[in-house]
Amino acid sequence: MGRFVARRLLGTILVLFAVSVLTFLIFNVVPNSDPAQRMAGKNATPQLIESINEEWGFNDSLPQQYVTMMKKIFSGEMISYEGREPVDDRIVEGIPATFSLCIGAAVIWMFFGILFGYLSAVKAGGWLDTTLTVVAVAGISMPVFWLAAILLNYLAYKTGIFPSQGYVELTENPLEWAYHLVLPWITLAVLYLGFYSRVLRSTMLDVMNEDYVRTARAKGLSERRVMGKHVMRNSLIPIITLFGLDFGALLGGAILIEAIFNLNGIGQYAEESLANFDLPPIMAITLFGAFFVVLFNSLVDIAYAYLDPRIRLGTSAQ
Amino acid sequence: MAVEPIADSGPADSGPWRLALRRLRRNRVALGFLGLFVAIVVFVLAAPLWADHVAHTGPNATHTLEKVTVDGEKREVVNPEGKPIGPQWFGADGKFFLGADSRLGRDEMVRLMYGGRTSLIVGVVSALITTILATILGLLAGYYRGWIDPVISRSMDVLWAFPVFLLSIALGIALAVGGLEVLGVHISGGSLWIPILIIGVVMVPYMARPLRGEVLALREKDFVEAAVAQGAGSARIMFGEILPNLWSTVIVFFTLNVANNMLLEAGLSYLGVGVQPPNSSWGTMIATGNNLITSDPLLTIIPGTMILLTVLALNVFGDGLRDALDPKSKVRFEAHAGVAATGAAGTAGLEELGR
Repeated sequence: MGRFVARRLLGTILVLFAVSVLTFLIFNVVPNSDPAQRMAGKNATPQLIESINEEWGFNDSLPQQYVTMMKKIFSGEMISYEGREPVDDRIVEGIPATFSLCIGAAVIWMFFGILFGYLSAVKAGGWLDTTLTVVAVAGISMPVFWLAAILLNYLAYKTGIFPSQGYVELTENPLEWAYHLVLPWITLAVLYLGFYSRVLRSTMLDVMNEDYVRTARAKGLSERRVMGKHVMRNSLIPIITLFGLDFGALLGGAILIEAIFNLNGIGQYAEESLANFDLPPIMAITLFGAFFVVLFNSLVDIAYAYLDPRIRLGTSAQ
Repeated sequence: MAVEPIADSGPADSGPWRLALRRLRRNRVALGFLGLFVAIVVFVLAAPLWADHVAHTGPNATHTLEKVTVDGEKREVVNPEGKPIGPQWFGADGKFFLGADSRLGRDEMVRLMYGGRTSLIVGVVSALITTILATILGLLAGYYRGWIDPVISRSMDVLWAFPVFLLSIALGIALAVGGLEVLGVHISGGSLWIPILIIGVVMVPYMARPLRGEVLALREKDFVEAAVAQGAGSARIMFGEILPNLWSTVIVFFTLNVANNMLLEAGLSYLGVGVQPPNSSWGTMIATGNNLITSDPLLTIIPGTMILLTVLALNVFGDGLRDALDPKSKVRFEAHAGVAATGAAGTAGLEELGR
């Protein structure tokens, strides 16, 4: 186990390095224009461009520029040239709202995704299955920010059932916190809900045809026990794998949902910066988002290896 | 979408493609949605006809201070408070059929048709790029052991580490300002090629990985050994022997990828880093419409519904295609709408779920 963890961590460090290099390339090398000018944003003055050139060392060699950029991002000293505020501080401020949104949505989509997938598989071919399939496929086929905008209009602006905007701190008022987050949670969950219920349905249908399920039935176990102990347990594995991957990526920014509901999280910061062509925040958010995904996935892998000896011994199929 | 057992699918003399076609023909739902997709394509192709002969205006022509005759009575296209005219249906002989889009007073119906062209072009061309790159990389990585596979696979892993949507907006904002120089060709920041290339590239790992897995399995098959014994070179084995066995997977991936890319484009365009003005797409139309959602909700609802219908049609048809081509397929390439729609990365969307 120790050796597996060490090897996995070494791999993680290499990927983190590669991710940071790619981020550097995306922002400073790939585009075909003066980097200082791009960084200065909409109200670029010659003086500002000159000082950015100085600060970021855009006349240095590329490796030197890379080091400068990483230093700036990780020291917390990077400021955005549009709002003139420290970028990292704004990102840290956005964490509670973004995490509240993502965790709540994840609870909803896991619960209903598994419930719908289960019902769909057990009643395969029936009207309930058809209905749930239609709902699920529609869910994965719509631009969810569009659904969010429409729900916001009819359920908040027009009827006032839900509050229209903003985020209330959990510590300030838990009820208001949840009330303000209900619509964002639901819209963010819709798509994953559809996707997860589809995956669970097809996995369950496969598992239900396995010999050990037939054996379980043959020895007279109750249907509940067969389903619970034998079918569900094995069908949930791909769901959990997906969840590990999706959740890490989700926190990288539920950008559109935050922007529509004005949640003041990291995603909304990204959206505002995009609207202003303000590059430094996007750089930091991209890098931190990718770092989070890599680290989260490594943790998931290690947890898996702990649970399943085949993985850490390297005997599982590629 | 019922999966037909192979056993009763006809005589032994029919080839696999004909067999698949027969299975597809029996899948009414998939065919219905294919019909819907064809109808949408016809709708957007008819854009110039509608613009020239019915609406008498172009997609980007503004009519802010003009008046339009509705049922014999002159009405302002945009009223003094900046509210655009609502849907007129045929009240103004087809002018402003769906109303005007904003205080610029552009004809929403004409924009919807031309915007749909943009959305479809971005979806299809980017999917073509993804499919070609992913197929080549998947073949190379799956066929060659040695150093090629690790190099390709690890590079894919790095791209994979980025949340898709985050990577796309990062590229979008970086390229929107200055444009891009590819192989000596300059592409300006406002070009339609920018979102096409971005989406085409960021989706590659999600398709290359499952394809590589299939190639790994195929290269151990007897027919590959037979080709080697006949003295076939690597290129002939990859493209002549293995590739034909990949086609069915590639076609399904392509269909679902178009759907997925259209959603990604809509999300990028909504944030202003996808399709740039004066081009418009259904995504940019939602962004424009959303400013007026309390007074004119249709301006938001209609372009989004078009996206929903198109993506739905492609997803259902793609599913049916997979069932027809390879009923026992374990490879899943669910169009992970999340990628575009929520800004979530959906790293797992195009995952192999083979056990």
